[in-house]
Amino acid sequence: MENFTYHRPASAADAAAAMKGAKDGKYLSGGQTLIPALKQGLASPSDIIDLGGLKNSGVTVGATVVIKAGTTHAEVAADAGLRKAIPGLSALAGGIGDPHVRHRGTIGGSIANNDPAADYPAACLGLGATIHTSKRKIAAGDFFTGMFSTALEEGEIVTAVEFPIPKKCGYAKFPNPASLYAMVGVMAAQLADGSPRVAVTGAGAGVFRATAMEAALAKDFSAAALNGVAVAAKGLNSDLHASADYRAHLITVMAKRAVEKAK
Amino acid sequence: MDNGTGIGARVKRKEDQRFITGKGNYTDDINLPKQTYAYFVRSPHAHATIKKIDTSKASKMPGVVGIFTGDDVAADKIGGLICGWMIHSKDGSPMKAGPHPILAMGKVRYVGDHVAVVVAETKDLAKAAAAAVDVTYDVLPHVVDVAEAMGHKAQVHEVAPDNRVFNWSIGDQAATDAAFKSAAHITKIDLVNNRLIPNAMEPRAAIGAYDTGMDSYTLYTTSQNPHVARLVISAFHGLAPEHKLRVIAPDVGGGFGSKIFIYAEEVVCVWASKRIGGRPIKWTAERTESFLCDAHGRDHVTHAELATDAGGKITGFRVHTKAAMGAYLSTFASCVPTYLYATLLSGQYNIPNIYAEVDAIYTNTAPVDAYRGAGRPEATYVVERIVETAARELKMDPAEFRRKNFVTQFPHQTPVIMCYDAGDYGAALDKALAIADYKGFGGRKAEAAKRGKLRGIGFSAYIEACGIAPSAAIGSLGAGVGLWESAEVRVNPVGTVEILTGSHSHGQGHETTFAQLVSDRLGIDINNVSIVHGDTDKVQFGMGTYGSRSGAVGMTAISKALDKIEAKAKRVAAAVMEASVNDVEFKNGTFTVKGTDKKMAFGEVALSAYVAHKFNSAEIEPGLKESAFHDPSNFVFPAGVHIAEIEIDPDTGVTDVVNYTAVDDFGNIINPMIVEGQVHGGIVQGIGQALTEGCVYDKASGQLLTGSYMDYQMPRAADVPSFKLDFTCTPCPSNPLGMKGCGEAGAIASPAAVMNAVTDAMGLKDVAMPASPQVVWKALQPMKKAAE
Repeated sequence: MENFTYHRPASAADAAAAMKGAKDGKYLSGGQTLIPALKQGLASPSDIIDLGGLKNSGVTVGATVVIKAGTTHAEVAADAGLRKAIPGLSALAGGIGDPHVRHRGTIGGSIANNDPAADYPAACLGLGATIHTSKRKIAAGDFFTGMFSTALEEGEIVTAVEFPIPKKCGYAKFPNPASLYAMVGVMAAQLADGSPRVAVTGAGAGVFRATAMEAALAKDFSAAALNGVAVAAKGLNSDLHASADYRAHLITVMAKRAVEKAK
Repeated sequence: MDNGTGIGARVKRKEDQRFITGKGNYTDDINLPKQTYAYFVRSPHAHATIKKIDTSKASKMPGVVGIFTGDDVAADKIGGLICGWMIHSKDGSPMKAGPHPILAMGKVRYVGDHVAVVVAETKDLAKAAAAAVDVTYDVLPHVVDVAEAMGHKAQVHEVAPDNRVFNWSIGDQAATDAAFKSAAHITKIDLVNNRLIPNAMEPRAAIGAYDTGMDSYTLYTTSQNPHVARLVISAFHGLAPEHKLRVIAPDVGGGFGSKIFIYAEEVVCVWASKRIGGRPIKWTAERTESFLCDAHGRDHVTHAELATDAGGKITGFRVHTKAAMGAYLSTFASCVPTYLYATLLSGQYNIPNIYAEVDAIYTNTAPVDAYRGAGRPEATYVVERIVETAARELKMDPAEFRRKNFVTQFPHQTPVIMCYDAGDYGAALDKALAIADYKGFGGRKAEAAKRGKLRGIGFSAYIEACGIAPSAAIGSLGAGVGLWESAEVRVNPVGTVEILTGSHSHGQGHETTFAQLVSDRLGIDINNVSIVHGDTDKVQFGMGTYGSRSGAVGMTAISKALDKIEAKAKRVAAAVMEASVNDVEFKNGTFTVKGTDKKMAFGEVALSAYVAHKFNSAEIEPGLKESAFHDPSNFVFPAGVHIAEIEIDPDTGVTDVVNYTAVDDFGNIINPMIVEGQVHGGIVQGIGQALTEGCVYDKASGQLLTGSYMDYQMPRAADVPSFKLDFTCTPCPSNPLGMKGCGEAGAIASPAAVMNAVTDAMGLKDVAMPASPQVVWKALQPMKKAAE
């Protein structure tokens, strides 16, 4: 690990200022991706700006659910209000990584990193969330722009994620057998207006919507409606653990399971 | 003595208090004054010529104390790494061992090969400077797949133009071929035994220290056999004579075989310490280095054929195996696919004719050597997979087909060297069938089918040979060392006891089980016994721990030394109690004189032995300390029946091990709790091999693709069921304690049981290990298509 300058600002403005002043700064939230990257020498920023000082955590359930960016996955999973309002999101948070990761990793850190195998992007896209930042509000559909990339601008910080409350939703994940990251993760939801959403993580370069499945579910929000409905294998990830074909197959299997789980 | 801590008691492990509270003393916990740190420059290529090593920039980096390359090793005439077991090919030629310098000389032969070492004030500085060492390579063709390596254009070593190290055979080829000619049925199978990475919890580590005043060396290292390390470093690397080299293996966090071997890094640390004026050099492997450079296990490609007569009796067995050796011959690599493998091809069966041929082959990969079971898991896999397949082809019940062919008379001489001394294979089968509720399997399969799951059941009636090994016998087969064990029993004047043993504990619980033996024999509290091991300056000699030998061989040495202690103590007691030694009896820790009420406690006799007031020192030497060397007269033969029951989710390809029964015969057992723990761990490792673990090198680049836990899947607690264990017991006749060995049995038995269950569920002859979800799903697709 290389040396870096450590900052712990108390406000988003101070954090942005620290970032502006840094040669090659990085924001640190839960550190579940950044710290291992530092240790392996895969990242060597000049400055680390720790957002923990912002003390920006908590879940508020009202007409929508607002989860502040610094809320850990464990806090999200344990929130009683959320469990009632969007049980599928609650379950997703409770299934991220392992207990260590869930007690350090945060929703803001997860979506800002946009790992193509992360779980939260599927929730954001699948539930039609809005990402609140230090500068603006961004629809999930516009926020995730590809592998490890987002619509965030230089210095911009995610402050909260706002989820509309769906009629029902469910998340089914097939983990990579070794890393336990999502090899295929599907969030299937029936939004408040009755329209279905199917968001897929782990399978492609980034989270995406399975529109053919949404069309099938619009007629009948049931697992059976997805029989024979598949995402094309072309363009999907292919690695040691899963070829593109196998991933394509798993998307349908997981989508059906997500629909079955939905509540 | 029945004092609750003797033989057979479930005594909690004495050593665990310090291990689970973080108070163990591992090599990396040790820090010596003026210590420096080593970091190795490693090959990024699978095969290349080294054109130039430029250290000029690196040597000016902060904190750098020294940088050494193969040229320095050559200048100091430090010998290369050796393979200690000579195998001759069928044609009589010796195995073709290529050079294996401790730092590369001219060539690198696998990704991770050790090219140079940077020694610096801190590990980070050493690592930074290592990145600045500029090595120019001329990349050569490489081959990583053992199936393709023989005759490949990539030539790993000049001495082996076709990459073949040896072409060895065992058994009577003509008689076996004749048996096949008259067979009623022949079963054929092609099997791959997947390459595994050992993954001990503690990575390898070393501290080498040269004492300028004494002109002597000390090496702290993560070794399963410190005396063997000293012997090799002294005799073959030529670093220092044995009396000038002390090797200490303190607490060691797991080995599974991977810490038997003498590796380059450890030798480099102790050699280079003199080069930097005697400052100690520490090296601790990063996990990536463990993946790249620890000796891997298995990696066999096998074709096997089994001949049966019209009545279902096995009449012949022939096997051809290609065994990967990796880029260099590791310490015991050559004996693993030969004498530890093909000698077990008779399994538990009466097979009159066996012939096996083994090609050992170089590949541009990490060296392959013994890994938990070492050859015996590979043998069991071949035997038990083909036996199960034969039963299916003959439409016989797999349990009854096995029973029909079991060896039932002992001793039993197999056609492949081994002479089984005792066993009751039918008893283990009966017990396992009952525990696994074999009769109810059909119902469970039907119920699973209703849930959309494919359920299968599979057997593994394994046998293994451990307690290695009779020295003269293995010497005649090419071993470079004897495999006896030594022990010393030191009774202190207050009656406490220190056992100095050549066996090394790195997770096995010797501090408890060895103390149980002493407690049992001398009638003293287990807490008054300490076990000393792992230091060549303390322990007289030892061959170390592997091949499930510490009970049958190591404890027998202790037992023999205890016999001497008892005899000497009787003489002391007789003198003190003014009785004839023939009248002195020893029981439950007390010496008594027959026909009198005279008695002395063990501690009193110990004190008397040291005080030496009450006997004639001309007749009885003072003190109470004895040693013994024990050379076993035979291997020991643990055997048993394991039954795996699995369910496959055809939608995802996920295999779930739902039931696992193991009935093992380990002879007499010292501590059932520890034995059960060994069996659990072994089964989990075997399930890992069958379902999750697979070392993969990229054919095109030669890079290790499974170089971290992100891609190499160790089995987890959630991947295995709660095991159902039981035992049968036929005491081993070749050692006084009647013990066999339990350390490897689980890993030997379980891959075949699981894969027999997987193939049973899928209705296929074979599925590759690891049967990962993707592998299983892909194997199911043609069947699904056919069904549609």
